Amino acid sequence: MLNISKLEVSVEDNKILKGLDLSIGSGEVHAIMGPNGSGKSTIAHTLAGNPNYTIESGNVLFKEKDLLSLDPSERSLEGLFLAFQYPIELPGVSNASYLKQIVNVHRKYKGKDPIDASEFLKILKEKSSNLNIPIDMHSRFVNTGFSGGEKKKNEVLQMDLLNPDLVIMDETDSGLDVDALRQTSEAVNQLRSSNRSFIIITHYLRLLEYIEPDYVHVFQDGKIIQSGGKELANKIDTEGYAT
Amino acid sequence: MNKLNKDNFKQDSYKHGFVTDIESEKIPKGLNEEIVKIISQKKNEPDWMLEWRLKAFKRLEAMKKPEWANVKFDDIDFQDIYYYSSPKGFEDKPKSLDEVDPKLIETYEKLGIPLNEQKVLAGVAVDAVFDSVSVATTFKEKLNEMGVIFCPISEAVQKHPELVKKYLGSVIPITDHFYATLNSAVFSDGSFVYVPKGVKCPMELSTYFRINESETGQFERTLIIADEGSYVSYLEGCTAPMRDENQLHAANVELIALDNAEIKYSTVQNWYPGDENGKGGIYNFVTKRGLCKGKNSKISWTQIETGSAITWKYPSCILRGDNSIGEFYSVAITNNYQQADTGTKMIHLGKNTKSKIISKGISAGKSSNTYRGLVKFNRKAKNAKNITQCDSLLVGDRCSANTIPLTENNCNSSSIEHEATTSKISDEQLFYCMQRGLDAEEAQSLIVNGFCKEVLQKLPMEFAVEAQKLVSISLEGSVG
Ligand SMILES: Nc1ncnc2c1ncn2[C@@H]1O[C@H](COP(=O)(O)OP(=O)(O)OP(=O)(O)O)[C@@H](O)[C@H]1O
Ligand SMILES: [Mg+2]
Repeated sequence: MLNISKLEVSVEDNKILKGLDLSIGSGEVHAIMGPNGSGKSTIAHTLAGNPNYTIESGNVLFKEKDLLSLDPSERSLEGLFLAFQYPIELPGVSNASYLKQIVNVHRKYKGKDPIDASEFLKILKEKSSNLNIPIDMHSRFVNTGFSGGEKKKNEVLQMDLLNPDLVIMDETDSGLDVDALRQTSEAVNQLRSSNRSFIIITHYLRLLEYIEPDYVHVFQDGKIIQSGGKELANKIDTEGYAT
Repeated sequence: MNKLNKDNFKQDSYKHGFVTDIESEKIPKGLNEEIVKIISQKKNEPDWMLEWRLKAFKRLEAMKKPEWANVKFDDIDFQDIYYYSSPKGFEDKPKSLDEVDPKLIETYEKLGIPLNEQKVLAGVAVDAVFDSVSVATTFKEKLNEMGVIFCPISEAVQKHPELVKKYLGSVIPITDHFYATLNSAVFSDGSFVYVPKGVKCPMELSTYFRINESETGQFERTLIIADEGSYVSYLEGCTAPMRDENQLHAANVELIALDNAEIKYSTVQNWYPGDENGKGGIYNFVTKRGLCKGKNSKISWTQIETGSAITWKYPSCILRGDNSIGEFYSVAITNNYQQADTGTKMIHLGKNTKSKIISKGISAGKSSNTYRGLVKFNRKAKNAKNITQCDSLLVGDRCSANTIPLTENNCNSSSIEHEATTSKISDEQLFYCMQRGLDAEEAQSLIVNGFCKEVLQKLPMEFAVEAQKLVSISLEGSVG
């Protein structure tokens, strides 16, 4: 699914990723943990193609394609989804019409007709209710004035609507209440399948108790310094990163 | 940092730049008394109309061109313009659509304005003005049944002289200012609307202005009168061919709302804006003014200004009647080398008068976009209120936006609320949308349409979708 090798990335002339290697097979769930400011979001944004992150060297293969040569929208259409740590507000743009538009650009890319309005509404209602999102949130502007948790739920909803092949969740659990955390995890677990992979960036063991990861990586000093199974998360939870 | 926000331009975006190959009749170039007389003659005008024009022309000779606007252009040679051009054979206007040259019908169809009544948008009557003449007006009979008069102004001069005499120049006097006075002297065609007492006009009225001939100016004159307790919604659209030269469009629009009447006037202005180097394009110097003459009357201007090399206009309201309301909703988009200096004047004369101004300026490329507004409360305008909100959005970093809101308050029981913002489309917003699969242009168009939503919503429903598309098209190419 994804193969990152020797990736070096800098932001505003500071090198943040200093030789990242990571291989993710189809159907796998990888958790990435690491201290604040170590560069976890940098990994996420680099994979999604944010132009503010400069690739110094290395390469990334996504579904056998050279990921770094694609622009952000091509990456999305090819099935890469990033749930933002800080979702962006789009004032004036109604959430419902935005969601419909992103669903339709993905359908178009796959050669399908635009979704029928009533069909879309039905799906939207069903998926929103699974996440306990009140339907009238969709008549508000995208993320504008949403609470922290509402923004995160809106990210999960978009993931759910787009059926991506590779999901990167950047601290989606931070800011969610206990029920929302469970509902989000259920949404992820429902989407888990042998041809869909997840990278889950988190600080907390709690999420990983709902979503059992296949691998846990510790990211520090610009690279992965330790990898293991779920037990590694338990260890970090009790001992922290300081060695 | 500006890596998604680029501001170069793609040239194929003006979709209305074609020329209709049709024989035209022009009068000699130049501006003098003789020309004024010829225009009047062409239109078979009565003496009083000619005298009115000549009075304006006399006045014009003593006037100076205004130079205060934040726009730059080479001096216009007023002697090098054709002031009248019409498709051949339009002296005695055809009576029905069957007699109109098919080329003209085709032209309007290409512009998305079918003139055939079976094909038109349900509920919209159209007056089609081609260069200096009106070539067709639809649904005239149907409107007539309700007493609504909707016809070319040249026809109104013949058939409804009492109304024209009474109201023409009553809001924009012939002494007003250079371009308005020029229009009074040489105006060619435009629409005339009269809605009688108590009538709610059953359909949207609209005029579609087309400039076709080169080196020709268009001097449209529109007059709308809403009698007591009546309502009318009117929309104008404008396009022109792509040419290297600059062409002048100097229009005057006068609105009069009597007691309890309401006029809603919408404009979708898409004159040719010039090419990516700033060559060519229309100079759109327009005077639009509405008089809320009666008590409880209301005039609301909505404008979507995307075209023209230079846009210079301030649709205004004079709120004379007590409790009258004036509104101005504007989206002005400039790209490449376009310049816009636009806004409104709200003149509060009566008690409890209210006005509301919402202006959204979007500049891209190397363009310049100025909001200029005046809110004035007279001594007697007790309890008058104004709310003004001006937002500017910058695309790229080579364009400029200015906000010049002037106020003059001579009444201490009145209040003005003013808010202004300037923002940029952020890279974060573009990236967020692109991460969800939108390409750069779709992302930009989504964000810009969100920015102007408040104003776009004010357009009649039939045109809102069209306007949204136009907003996207005018910025096409301003992102990578
Ligand atoms: N635009 C920027 N300009 C300068 N430095 C930046 C910029 N963006 C990120 N950084 C720096 O890059 C480093 C990595 O940031 P990143 O957001 O990837 O950390 P993180 O591991 O996701 O942290 P957290 O756990 O707090 O979310 C930090 O030191 C941060 O300050
Ligand atoms: Mg982070």
